Formats: sequence, C-alpha cells, structure tokens
Amino acid sequence: MSIPGSWYLVVAALLFGLGAFGVLTRRNVIVMFMSVELMLNAVNLTFVTYARMLNDVGGQVAVFFVLVVAAAEVVVGLGIIVAIFRHRATVTVDDISSLKG
Amino acid sequence: MFGSLVSQLPIRLPSISYQAIGPELILFGAALVVLALSATVGRREHPQLYRGIGLFAAVAEGAWSANLLRLIDQHGPSLAIAGAISNDGFSAVVGIIVAAALVLTMLIGPGFVESVAGQGPEFVTLLLLSATGAIVMAQANDLIVVFLGLEILSIALYVMVGFRLRDGLSREAAFKYFILGGFSSAVFLYGVALVYGATGSTNLVKIAAFLSSHVLINNGVLLFGIALILVGFGFKVSAVPFHVWSPDVYQGAPTSVTGYMAAMAKIAAFAALLRVMMVAFHLQLEFWRPIVIALAVLSLVFGAVFALRQREIKRMLAYSSINHAGFILLGVLAATSGGVRDSLFYLGAYSVMVIGTFGLISLIQVDAGKVEGSLSLDDVRGLGRRRPAVAVLLAILILAQAGAPFTSGFIAKFSVITAVISVNEYWIAVVAMVTAAVAAAFYLRLVLALFSKDEAEVGVGDALYPVAVRGGSDQGLRLSTASLVPIWIGIWASVAITVFFGLFPTLLLDLVSRGKIFY
Repeated sequence: MSIPGSWYLVVAALLFGLGAFGVLTRRNVIVMFMSVELMLNAVNLTFVTYARMLNDVGGQVAVFFVLVVAAAEVVVGLGIIVAIFRHRATVTVDDISSLKG
Repeated sequence: MFGSLVSQLPIRLPSISYQAIGPELILFGAALVVLALSATVGRREHPQLYRGIGLFAAVAEGAWSANLLRLIDQHGPSLAIAGAISNDGFSAVVGIIVAAALVLTMLIGPGFVESVAGQGPEFVTLLLLSATGAIVMAQANDLIVVFLGLEILSIALYVMVGFRLRDGLSREAAFKYFILGGFSSAVFLYGVALVYGATGSTNLVKIAAFLSSHVLINNGVLLFGIALILVGFGFKVSAVPFHVWSPDVYQGAPTSVTGYMAAMAKIAAFAALLRVMMVAFHLQLEFWRPIVIALAVLSLVFGAVFALRQREIKRMLAYSSINHAGFILLGVLAATSGGVRDSLFYLGAYSVMVIGTFGLISLIQVDAGKVEGSLSLDDVRGLGRRRPAVAVLLAILILAQAGAPFTSGFIAKFSVITAVISVNEYWIAVVAMVTAAVAAAFYLRLVLALFSKDEAEVGVGDALYPVAVRGGSDQGLRLSTASLVPIWIGIWASVAITVFFGLFPTLLLDLVSRGKIFY
C-alpha cells in the first residue's frame, strides 16, 4: 500500500499551522523559538513531498539550504535568548515588554 | 566500477561569472579581511583601520556595480550561474543604492555604536555581511536564492539590533525582531514551497515560462503560495498589517542601526519583491494587485495616523517609515517599468535621507545623555538655539521625508503617485496625497519643536550637556574627535545628496531608469 503524496502535504500544512499558532500564542521564548523551527520543518516536508511528486531533485536541494539557514538562525536566536536570560532569569515574554505604544 | 558509474552520471557544474557576483565578493571578502585582521593585530587597537576597510569595500562595491551597469548598457543583460543570478540593469542600480547607504552608514554608524557597545571589528563586519545579503536579494533570479539573501541580511540585522547587549530595550528589540523575522521567513518559505509544487521550479524565469504555457486547472496552491510570499515580504518591509514589530525594534535598536535597517531592509526586500512579482507572477497580476493595493493603502493611512500620536521621536519615525513603505508599494502595484523606476528612485532618495536623519538623532541623543533609545519631542525643544547646525540639518531631512519641494523626497513622492495614475488607479493616488498631508503634520510638529522658543522643563538645558549621566552602561559617553569627523561628513553628504537630487532630479532619474528588470 502506498500513501498518496497529498497526505504528506496535509501533515505538513498541519505542522505549519501548529507552528504558526505556537509562535502567536505561547509565552515562553524557547517554545516560540521551537515553533518557528517547526514551521521551517513543515516547509521542508512540503519541499520533499513535491520533489517526489514532480520527480525533480530541486526541491530536495532546497531542503539542505533551509536546514543550513535554520542552523544559523538557531545560533543567533539562542545567543539573544541567553543574553535575555542572564539579565532576567526568566524566559517569559510577559517580562520583556518594556517597548510598546 | 566507480569509474563507469561516474561516466554514466556526469555532473555538470554551472559556469560561475565572477564578474556578475563581484559586488557580493567584494563585501564578503572585506568582511573576512576585517575579521582576520582583528585576530592578528588586536580587536580594539585599530578601529579606524576596520572602518577604513569597510568604507573602501563599500566604495569599491559601488564602483563595481556602476561598471556592471555600463557593461550591461553595452552588451545587454544576462543570467549567470545556471540562471540563479540575474545580471541586469536593475541589480546594478540596486547595487549602487546599496553602496550609497553602506558608505553613509560606514561613516556615521561605527562611531556611535562602538562608543556604547565597545570597540571591535564586529559592527563593520556585520554591516558588510548584511549588505552582501541585500545585493544577493537584488540579483536573485531564484526563490531559494531570494531566501538565502534574505537570511544573510536578516541574521546580521538581528545581531546589530541587539548590539547594546547591556541595555534591556536593545535585547528586547533584538528578540522581537528575531522571532517575527524568523516567523516571516518561514511564511515566505512555505509560499516558495507551494509555488514550487504548483509550477515545478523555483527559478523565476522558469516559473514565468511554465505559467505562460500551462493553464492551471486548480491553481489554489499557486495563488496561496503567491499570497504567502507577499505576506513574507510585507513583514520585511513592515507594511500594515504586518508592521507590529517595527516601532519596538526601531526604538530599541541603537539609533544608527535603526537608520541603516530602515534603509537596507527596505532596499533589499523591495528589490526582491519587484523582481519576483514582475518576472515570475506578472501573468497573475489581477490576483496579486488587490493584495498589494490593500497593503499599500493600509500602510499609507495607518503609518501617517499612528505617527501623529507619538511623542517618542524614534517611534514616530518608525511609523513614518511604514508610511514610506506604502508609498514605495505604489510603484510595485503599478507593475510597469515606470513603476519599477519610481520605486527605485524612492528607495534611493529615502535611504539616503533616513540614514542622515537617524545620524542626527544619534548626535542629539549623545548630547542629551539619552542613549537608551528614548528621545521625546520635549527633549529637542529649543534645539535650534543651542545647536543651530544640528537643528537646521535635521529640519531639512525631516522636510525632505515629508516631501517638501526642492528635496529628493518631493520628486520621489511625485513620481510614485504618477506611476499609480498611469495605471488608472486614481483613488489610490488621492489616498496617497491625503496621507502625505497628514504625515506633513507630524513632520512639521517635530520641526516646530526644534525651533520653538520655550524650554518648558528646567532640567532640559542641563541634560543636554551632562556631567554625570544617570549611571549604568552609558555613563560618561563621549565621542572622540576622530569619530566625530566622519559622522559629520556622512551627515553633510546625506543632506547634500538629498538637496542636490531635489534640485537636479534628472540625474538620479536617468540612473534609475537604466534599472530595467531582465526576463
């Protein structure tokens, strides 16, 4: 039995939606950060599925670019989070809300 | 055995045109040189050396782009590196605009940033790397390359926004920018994946060829992908309703970084947006034009209205930059070669004046001992008498942003409105002109504050020449003469360019009208 490609696309769309929902609703910066990563991986799943369906290697190559960029983002993102944590000893966005208006 | 396998599967490497990617190579190479030098001659000993290398690289990049433009005029545009990079008039002109913004920031920025964050090669390196990303985006002829350029630019900008690590506002701004930047990149990328699924390619020219030869029966995936790509760009250029991050980030970032970010992020994102929409999705114009119209009108209106209630100058300028983004979007929604030209003109004029504006605001902040990123209208009241030169130059740049005649800002606003009228969208032109009038109100309020007589509060005069500032990391902040000289050169250059192209706009118009997109 083979699973049709559209199932993978639906799973990817659900993952992407979960990630977007997480970024917008969660208050913990680490979880928000993980949600962004979840969105990127949903994109990767979409790319691979389409590459398989179209029988084209381009989509698989795109995944490698996304992975590398995501790794670079993690470096900077965790650096910023560590800098916040050092000064506040908390990683909840409710505590970093001096800028508004 | 392997030999036969290899001969069966020859890997054809694309030929790399080093001439076409020369601008990136110069900036990236200079960034590596600065880092390598700092490891050998010492991080803090030679700040002038790093700035000199950065300045030289920026000028060299501009000269290389100008030369590319000359060659393209002679031999015609071309695609390079297996069609991933477009070597056309558009990318060369954007390269020149990037060089102008980078030169001005190299002059103005490092002095301020290193006086609050400590000396070192990092700031110059990050400036060079982010400009590399901007040029990659301008040249990208493939959605994945657009994404790579976007991330090279953005990751450097996240760090620059958080450069004053000891300051809570700077950290907060960096975090907000990072999370929303990452979010918008993911949205953009999902759009790219859907477009890839619908058309079978991420190459802009191949997408256009596919769409012109195939009628998609069920093109929901394609249209959703285009919409997501627009949302991603909307975040990057801070168009309403995707603007929520920008006032906070503008306020929290070191002030000269704010100016650079306002200029460079807009140049790069609009360059990529124009190319993607003009090359790949020009046939889908009826679908995406209403979306861009909505973004443009909302940005124009809300940018101007929200700026009115701000007393915080940096936040006010953030909303004003949203208003400017709406104006530049007018050139995008026209989707004609005239619209592309007018957007480029606006980007060039705006980036020069915004960098100068924030340079002057940094200067006022240093004088007032307020480096934390808060400077209200009351703080600048009566500045015209205490620092006439600063006040007059700031007034010129603010009036240029408002679109006063005899400045490049006037021609810029005039030409994008003409572009909209040329595609018979009269009501948008009316909306744009009304918001320009509303925006003039808050620009004038700032100018009036500069030259008003009353110095309402007692402490203000003392605060402007602080002996002991309020403690913390900003204590005793002073700029050395060695860093004040380039700052003033940069500010005067920005004012001079703004006024010069206001008096002689045809020179700049001739340049940007050579910036044709090739497809």
